[in-house]
Amino acid sequence: MAQRRVTVQSEVGLHARPAALFVEAAAKAGGEVTVAKGEGTPVSAKSILAVMGLDVRKGDEIVISAEGDDADALLDRLVEIAEAG
Amino acid sequence: MPQRFKGAGVSPGAGYGPAKRLVRDVPRPDPDARHGGDAAAEAERAAAAMEETARALGELGERAGGDAAEVLNAQALMARDPALAEDVRKRVGEGASAARAVSEAMAVYREMLAGAGEYLAARVADLDDVRDRIVARLMGAPMPGVPDSDVPFVLVAEDLAPADTAALDPRRVVAFVTREGGPTSHTAILARSLGLPAVVACPGADTVAEGTMLLVDGATGEVAADPEPGVVETVTAAAQARAAAAAGAGGPGRTADGHEVPLLANIGGPKDLPAALEHGAEGVGLYRTEFLFLDRADAPGHAEQVAAYRAVLEAFPGGRVVVRTLDAGADKPLEFLPPGGRDEPNPALGERGLRMMRRLPETLDAQLAALAEAERDTDAHLQVMAPMVTDAADAEWFAAAAAKAGVQHAGVMIEVPAAALRARHIAEHVDFFSIGTNDLTQYTCAADRETGGLGRFQDPWQPAVLDLVAASAASAADAGRTCGVCGEAAADPLLACVLTGLGVTSLSMGPSALPLVRAALARAELAQCRAAAEAARAARGPEEARTAAAERLPGLAELGL
Repeated sequence: MAQRRVTVQSEVGLHARPAALFVEAAAKAGGEVTVAKGEGTPVSAKSILAVMGLDVRKGDEIVISAEGDDADALLDRLVEIAEAG
Repeated sequence: MPQRFKGAGVSPGAGYGPAKRLVRDVPRPDPDARHGGDAAAEAERAAAAMEETARALGELGERAGGDAAEVLNAQALMARDPALAEDVRKRVGEGASAARAVSEAMAVYREMLAGAGEYLAARVADLDDVRDRIVARLMGAPMPGVPDSDVPFVLVAEDLAPADTAALDPRRVVAFVTREGGPTSHTAILARSLGLPAVVACPGADTVAEGTMLLVDGATGEVAADPEPGVVETVTAAAQARAAAAAGAGGPGRTADGHEVPLLANIGGPKDLPAALEHGAEGVGLYRTEFLFLDRADAPGHAEQVAAYRAVLEAFPGGRVVVRTLDAGADKPLEFLPPGGRDEPNPALGERGLRMMRRLPETLDAQLAALAEAERDTDAHLQVMAPMVTDAADAEWFAAAAAKAGVQHAGVMIEVPAAALRARHIAEHVDFFSIGTNDLTQYTCAADRETGGLGRFQDPWQPAVLDLVAASAASAADAGRTCGVCGEAAADPLLACVLTGLGVTSLSMGPSALPLVRAALARAELAQCRAAAEAARAARGPEEARTAAAERLPGLAELGL
């Protein structure tokens, strides 16, 4: 299980377009992908409703976890989306 | 029988046609609905309907493009959300029909979003729309959305969702009327981008019978059902004249005889700059800074504030930018401020604006310091004003705080009648005034801005309000200070001329109102503005004031005002 911590930089947080990009990228992965706000309970990163429900704002820290062979490449992509301004 | 409705005009122009209602009535699944026993087949049916809905939303998004595409794409992701699908499958497994399972599963998420802040609450409408589309598909009901019609029509709705408007053929619609919504609703944004007239927040208009002829004036917000003969021609001609005049007006604000009245924009953040520049704003007359502070757990840092202020200053080289310091209070609570006044029984009369900042000087000092730094290395002329200033002691305190932080031009908003009446004492301490006519009207007439049914007292044409504007402007002139107006009043072209006649030196408004106000000023001489102002002040009520002013400004008649 690979894991990353990242501070969300997008003005709209993990909502709107960044949320859609995030979920679309996660949905391509074969294995389980989760995201949590800070130390909160992780939810499926493939679910837009769950991701929106976290209500992640700009400046919040999120923890992204993924399983499988392509986990690192996927996490790189997700971190990139979360860090985009 | 003619019937009239009044809402907020959010996209100018006149439209006339039969009312057609948006199809919104998707049948609700019976709360006890169960499937026939084959759970696997029913789950398959649910999954297919969700996928079909997602695909259709995606297609609508592709067709719509722009911001609508973004929303529709997010809605497509909701329809194919794996967590939602899992929940639906589970409910079907327990016996629920597909439609009921979808409805119930989405209700869980709906509750979560509705309870979590303003932004997410707005997404609830998007989610409801997705649910209605899936349920309609499962129950064989007509898809919600814009009606088909061979004849151009006035689209009437409670409110419009992005999916409704994306499927819209603009050649078939002559105007929009919605019961809900505000100037930033989807309806307003779409109407302006299509150049179609629209009136929002218009109660009653959605109750007219299908096919009733509606006349919509997107500038005044007036909607007439079955108007009398001749009215349609009058309103349409006036709208065309206004559009032509606004399109033809350019350059700095000035009266027909050359008296300059700078026309400035009210903005709520750098995001509003394109609209301000597009409509020819000469600067910013009211930069509301609350957006930096709302919906967050801590105060914005120095660098973040400097960047937000500098972005606006850089947009107006050589121009004026008037920034209002944080206007928080019981009606606009901030998470990181102590909850002192939150339980105030009457927040409008409580610890708001500068009153709040006097209790939290470090927040104000940090903002002033960021403003002073933002002005460095830009060519704009920065002015900083405090909201809700009541007396000379308030003004003196704020001016001292501004000077200490290195802000060179400090001013005050005149919103409290006490401040207007004793403006001569306030002028001793500050460089400029800006009259906030919305609050000044609320406090002068003791009528809450949000309360329905008090329309007559929420009207800046009340002669008592005009008296206070005149008193403030006169005190400013005596002391060699400027006195602007930033409020809805400045956006009313007729009233803008009256304010000029009262001695107001600049007018600041929502950017879309600028062209018509510029055109109105260009059709009035200063002496006419003064005569109109005097006549309006001599009136006994707002309607009489309007009529009296219009009679003395004959040049505005060609604008249909």
